[in-house]
Amino acid sequence: MNQEHFGFLDEYAKKEVRRATLKAVAIPGYQVPYSSREMPMGRGFGTGGLQLTLALIGRGETLKVIDQGSDDSVNAVNLRSFIEMTCPGIHTTIRTEQADLIQSRHRIPEKPLREDQLLVLQVPYPDALVVVEASEDRRKLLHGEADYSRLLVKLYEDIVKFSEITISHRYPTRINGHYVIDPSPIPRWDVPKLHNSPALILLGAGREKKIYAVPPYTQAEPLAFEDVPFRVEDFSDEHGQRRSCVRCGCNSSFLDEYVDSATGEQVYRCSDSDWCNQQLEQQQGVEQAVEVANG
Amino acid sequence: MDEVLSVRGLSKRYGQGCPACYELTGPRFETNLCPRCGSVVAAHDVSFSLYQGEILGIMGESGSGKSTAVKCLYFDEPPSAGSAEFFDQGEAYQLFDLNNAQQRRLANQRFGMVYQNPHLGLNFDISAGGNIAERLLMSNVDNYAQIRQRAISLLSRTEVLAERMDEMPRNFSGGMQQRVQIAKALATNPPLLFLDEVTTGLDLSVQAAILDLILEIQQQSRTSMIVVTHDLGVIRLLADRTLVMKYGRVIESGLTDQILEDPQHAYTQRLVASAL
Amino acid sequence: MKQQLVLSVEGYSKAFSLHEQGTVIPSAKDVNLQVYSASLTALVGPTGAGKSSILKGIYRTYLATSGQLFYTMQSGKRVDLVQADEHTILTLRRNEIGFVTQFLHFLPRQPTELVVAQPLIQRGRPVEEALAVARDMLAAMNLPRRLWSISPATFSGGEKQRVNLARGLVAKPRLLLLDEPTASLDPITCERVLRQIEELKKEGIAMLAIFHQPELVKRIADRVVELEPPLNGQTQLEDIA
Repeated sequence: MNQEHFGFLDEYAKKEVRRATLKAVAIPGYQVPYSSREMPMGRGFGTGGLQLTLALIGRGETLKVIDQGSDDSVNAVNLRSFIEMTCPGIHTTIRTEQADLIQSRHRIPEKPLREDQLLVLQVPYPDALVVVEASEDRRKLLHGEADYSRLLVKLYEDIVKFSEITISHRYPTRINGHYVIDPSPIPRWDVPKLHNSPALILLGAGREKKIYAVPPYTQAEPLAFEDVPFRVEDFSDEHGQRRSCVRCGCNSSFLDEYVDSATGEQVYRCSDSDWCNQQLEQQQGVEQAVEVANG
Repeated sequence: MDEVLSVRGLSKRYGQGCPACYELTGPRFETNLCPRCGSVVAAHDVSFSLYQGEILGIMGESGSGKSTAVKCLYFDEPPSAGSAEFFDQGEAYQLFDLNNAQQRRLANQRFGMVYQNPHLGLNFDISAGGNIAERLLMSNVDNYAQIRQRAISLLSRTEVLAERMDEMPRNFSGGMQQRVQIAKALATNPPLLFLDEVTTGLDLSVQAAILDLILEIQQQSRTSMIVVTHDLGVIRLLADRTLVMKYGRVIESGLTDQILEDPQHAYTQRLVASAL
Repeated sequence: MKQQLVLSVEGYSKAFSLHEQGTVIPSAKDVNLQVYSASLTALVGPTGAGKSSILKGIYRTYLATSGQLFYTMQSGKRVDLVQADEHTILTLRRNEIGFVTQFLHFLPRQPTELVVAQPLIQRGRPVEEALAVARDMLAAMNLPRRLWSISPATFSGGEKQRVNLARGLVAKPRLLLLDEPTASLDPITCERVLRQIEELKKEGIAMLAIFHQPELVKRIADRVVELEPPLNGQTQLEDIA
């Protein structure tokens, strides 16, 4: 491994990513093309997010990498090791609040981000219009003119067929009143976190060679109808009771559904593992404190 | 009467073009094809005015340039030369000087187009109602219930059963597809409607019903229309005034009854004689 | 009532150039005549004298070969119908000049009463009101009530002619052109039509009409213009169109 270049990429490549990033921040939601270098892993494994992270992280800064909310999935572990190896002097963490830069696939952490934090999202398909227009030339025209009527027609057809909008992830979201982005495969649950986020959110698509941004405190409105508003996932059970995490008991987080292999029952757990752990720790802390008080 | 559209010297040429293109083509030479450079002069020097509530017929056989003229006006094709001014709500628009977004806004909101081929006018991947919704959404109507209501009233006006609004266009007969296309074109109450061979290929009884519908729309809404057809019967029934085109040129124009009863050009005389 | 000049035909000629046959067929030649308000000018003459050509020329169904057709509009403005642009002619047709031809042209699938009410509707009269006027006129024309709500497509020649007249007369144009208005009518209906024409005269309407029966001309015409077939002409002129 060539250790001369901090962050694996050569300086030109990093500068190009930074220039593209600046442009993306300057034009919220606009997909800025960049060259997207070959990385020592297959495209589609987060190379877009990785190049952003490598170009932006510096010595002494702290990194968190998550995949579907988890710090210890294979993909997250591999990316984290690679970044640690190629960026000597950085720290890593699994604690959301300790991270300066969070690279994520498919989730935005439950814990609200701060102005001094940066979220990098890995994006497989950057263009929200790809589902209604095959030609990139024509998509560019539609973006330029902010013509998203065909996406709205798709929502209309959804409501006609299913009486609700069925898009579960990659929900088309209008940034700063103009460009509609594909916010990466985050669940609907996370879409409102884009709106007026104190943290800068950068989105990188390695295979499609695009970088775009939701700058801090920028409007992000999911497309919807005036009378059929956007809704996040509903975690109510059949009695209208909010389901809670079987592990930590939290009833305000985004839940993953599992089948308990022993009982065959459906159970729900926090998707954000750090959040789940911190909830548990807090409870244990309270229990210990109670024990100490009672002791 | 208020002028809605003024077209001057509209030309459309396909190919590299040369100085002789316009001089060596047309009815006099019985060709659209420039003998020097091989370019196709689809339409040349087409001029006319259209007034509010008026139906203008453009008649000619295939290759006469009648559809080309309308496609240029609807921004489907850029013209090679000429100007067209559209007067709407106190504004005058030089159609060919507008940028894409302005052209698209006019095409979506102030013009309506009905093609002979419903596949050009309708999106077959979405329901009949969705097709109407698309035009309304382009005009920034973003209330689902309102869109549904408007689609129902447009479809019932064009005699498509409201119960069928959520079906795909491919489930409809040819006549029904044309009705859905007309409903879609009317969605935004456009003051100007282009109709390109809308009854061609339909059964006679279906043709008659579609023509009745067009007349009814014209009488109720005072919509200005340009009707492109090769069918003298359609011209006679719908058009107040008529342009006759051949080899890309307007060879004759006048009041429709005059064109039919006292045609001046040899071609029109032959056409009328063979039809009556 | 004071009679004012409404239409002055000056040196009007019409010839048809038939390209296919390579012939020119003269129809009307150097016709001069005047039509005044509150009066009827009758056109008489043998077949082929170009009587219909004159009416169609005034209505711009035919383009004149030469001459002028000066029409004084409601506004007092004088316009040459030969030169006037098409939109002016369309406006005049809608508001001022009516034409009862020998053949009824109507929109298919429209009930008779709506066919008759059309000129009023086009001028912006509410449909129900226009229909009421139309029904009165159909009654005056002696058309059986049971026919009012069906299309004239299947009517006999005489019935169609009554519908045609009713439509021309309800409009009450300033200038009414009539091409053999009574040709296919029975004596009773003919008498009713003549009475209607006399009514229109009283209302100040100027009329130019083609008649074949001398006794009708004598009774109803204020002026008579007799036409001769053009010299060196061909026969069957009027029927060409």
